[in-house]
Amino acid sequence: MSDQVQQENHQCRCEEVKEEELYPKLAEIIAENRNKPENLIMVLHKAQNLFGYLPKRVQQEVAEGLDLSLSQVHGVISFYSFFSTSPKGRNSVKVCLGTACYVRGGQRALAKVKQELSVGVGETTEDRRYSLDVVRCIGACGLAPAMLVNDDVYGRVKTTKLMEILQKYE
Amino acid sequence: MIKATINKVEVEVPEGTTILEAAKKVHFSIPTLCHHPDLTPEGSCGICVVEVKGFPALRRACVTQVEKGWAIETNSARVRKARRELVELILSDHVAECLTCIKNGKCELQDVARDVGIREIGDYGSKRKKPVDTSSTAIVRDPNKCILCGRCLHVCSDIQTVNALTLDKRGFDTSISTTLNLGLGNSACVNCGQCTVFCPVGALYERSHTEEVWKALNNPDLHVVVQEAPAVRAQLGEEFGMEPGSLVSGKLHAGLRRMKFDAVFDTNFSADLTILEEGTEVVNAIKSGRKLPIITSCSPGWIKFMETFYPDLRGHISTAKSPQQMFGTLAKTYYPEIKGLDANKIVSVSVMPCTAKKFESERPEMKSSGYQDVDYVLTTRELARMMKEAGIDLKELPDEPADDPLGEYTGAATIFGATGGVMEAALRSAYFLVTGKELENLDILPVRGMQGVKEAVVPVDALNLKVAVAHGLGNARKLLDKVSAQLKDGGTSEYHFIEIMACPGGCVGGGGQPWGGTMARRARRGEALYAEDKSLPKRRSHENASVKRLYEKYLKEPNSEKAHHLLHTHYVRRSAFDGKPIQE
Repeated sequence: MSDQVQQENHQCRCEEVKEEELYPKLAEIIAENRNKPENLIMVLHKAQNLFGYLPKRVQQEVAEGLDLSLSQVHGVISFYSFFSTSPKGRNSVKVCLGTACYVRGGQRALAKVKQELSVGVGETTEDRRYSLDVVRCIGACGLAPAMLVNDDVYGRVKTTKLMEILQKYE
Repeated sequence: MIKATINKVEVEVPEGTTILEAAKKVHFSIPTLCHHPDLTPEGSCGICVVEVKGFPALRRACVTQVEKGWAIETNSARVRKARRELVELILSDHVAECLTCIKNGKCELQDVARDVGIREIGDYGSKRKKPVDTSSTAIVRDPNKCILCGRCLHVCSDIQTVNALTLDKRGFDTSISTTLNLGLGNSACVNCGQCTVFCPVGALYERSHTEEVWKALNNPDLHVVVQEAPAVRAQLGEEFGMEPGSLVSGKLHAGLRRMKFDAVFDTNFSADLTILEEGTEVVNAIKSGRKLPIITSCSPGWIKFMETFYPDLRGHISTAKSPQQMFGTLAKTYYPEIKGLDANKIVSVSVMPCTAKKFESERPEMKSSGYQDVDYVLTTRELARMMKEAGIDLKELPDEPADDPLGEYTGAATIFGATGGVMEAALRSAYFLVTGKELENLDILPVRGMQGVKEAVVPVDALNLKVAVAHGLGNARKLLDKVSAQLKDGGTSEYHFIEIMACPGGCVGGGGQPWGGTMARRARRGEALYAEDKSLPKRRSHENASVKRLYEKYLKEPNSEKAHHLLHTHYVRRSAFDGKPIQE
């Protein structure tokens, strides 16, 4: 069921919003926090929600607006794994490597995804269809090894069935 | 006052004293790594742990203030074990190439490892291998040697307010890096090199030109000339076991001659020349009432800082080149002309207390002679290394003068190396240029000393000349914010003339100076220069006979067309993100 919903959601994005058009909105966020370096994390959150990631130009505009140096902004972004400086794919693939999944073959599943999509952990495929990440336990230990695609949980993933699942996500 | 005991020895200290300071008072030394007397203590390395009776966990001595009645143990079995483990952990992820390391023998990590008694390093798992950052023309960063103490970060952000460095990532992956990991050469770094002076290990050091200079010296077809900055003579001695503040002007000339430089000149000569060019510019500005205040331009770290963070003040910066660059131009124009040499065969080397001078010499503007005016810049540290390689014991050398025609200097030139020195030298000559009379009392004390921003009012005839001096870029920022606001408000500032030096203490505290340059040591080096000034027969730049001859034979007069062509420059606007020039 949830597969269905997800697919519909993604099909709606037939026209990608151009990055250029998002900058006026960023300017509004920055204007509300002008010269308030203490609001940096909040501003970065909003900026990432807007752009999907934090490109160099966004970092520069945030730094300038909040009266910070670019290196200070960079330090905060690189500290928190939530922030990303490379664009994320349309679909987020998260392979669980928590204890249970680890012993039940999570590593093999991860290796297979990496090989099939030709991406490393934390990277995005060239066509921006998938981003691959590793998570530590999603509370589905009974279904180990588990994998998360967007909001859908898949349990007992077999390396032979993996691509079948991923193919469903455009 | 608070009473406590350290290793059963009673100690009485004022409230707010740290355990580290209290222990020193009763002659117990506690090993430290991240701690530096000129930085706010942070306690990041943990080497200074001690035991305090009643507390289950060990305390860090550098950040813990002594409280009443505490019984402190700095040398218990538990403390010794903890320290060893901490040092071992640092060493387990440190490229221990000590024999080939630039810091060999001067490394604080080596000292600590020896003092806490490390005999072997246990296996603690993986080591990181990171690329060495060679993107900068002045400074090299080797993250494989870095121990993450954070000193470089703090001097760059807190003292210099440049913020070129940052912590990247976290946990085991943490490293000191630059904006977007693009390297120092693609950052706001102004090349002041304070990070290289504050680094306890060999992770930050100057880009070396020693091999190029050896090669030139060994080539009989080339004519290699050398100039030495004022500040170098106040501390080269430290590298040869002399007391900080020993003055070695004469020995320095003798040593360079023994290294087989074809001509040993002196940057002090062109410092006197700078005063005449810059002083004339100030006097003209005061007479015409235009572009005041005039701000000095000798410090290339300051110049890049200004171009990056205060580009609107460019019109106020003296167009006079720094003494290094004035000398470089003359060494390839005036000098070969009067000596009948081929300018093409001249290699011009400078010895500077500074890493930013390396960047300055490679600026595209610095080619007025038709060649790169200064070919190679050596820091004081590099010269010391070369002299040791050549087997020269500076301490034992006789005093020798510099060569003509670019070697004579006055006391006004030698104090360029200390904060306030350029101001004092300029005032001595400006007074003469305005009034035609000589200033009687040459010691202008309010502009001397280590206070961050200094001000003085000097009566010159009817005019009360208001001057200010700032050293260290954080102090410069305070002064410049004030000046910028005044200029924005009413179009004029209360100051006529401002001296700014990028490094705390001025050039004696430069980023190319011997390791371990604390503020106290910088002050002693400055005093050595004032002592030389006092000992010299001539103490005003306009009395320099070689400079007078240069004007008579070659440049005509200060700020003449020829002088402008050869001895003046212009400035660009730079991006605060990558330090690169912005087209306007």
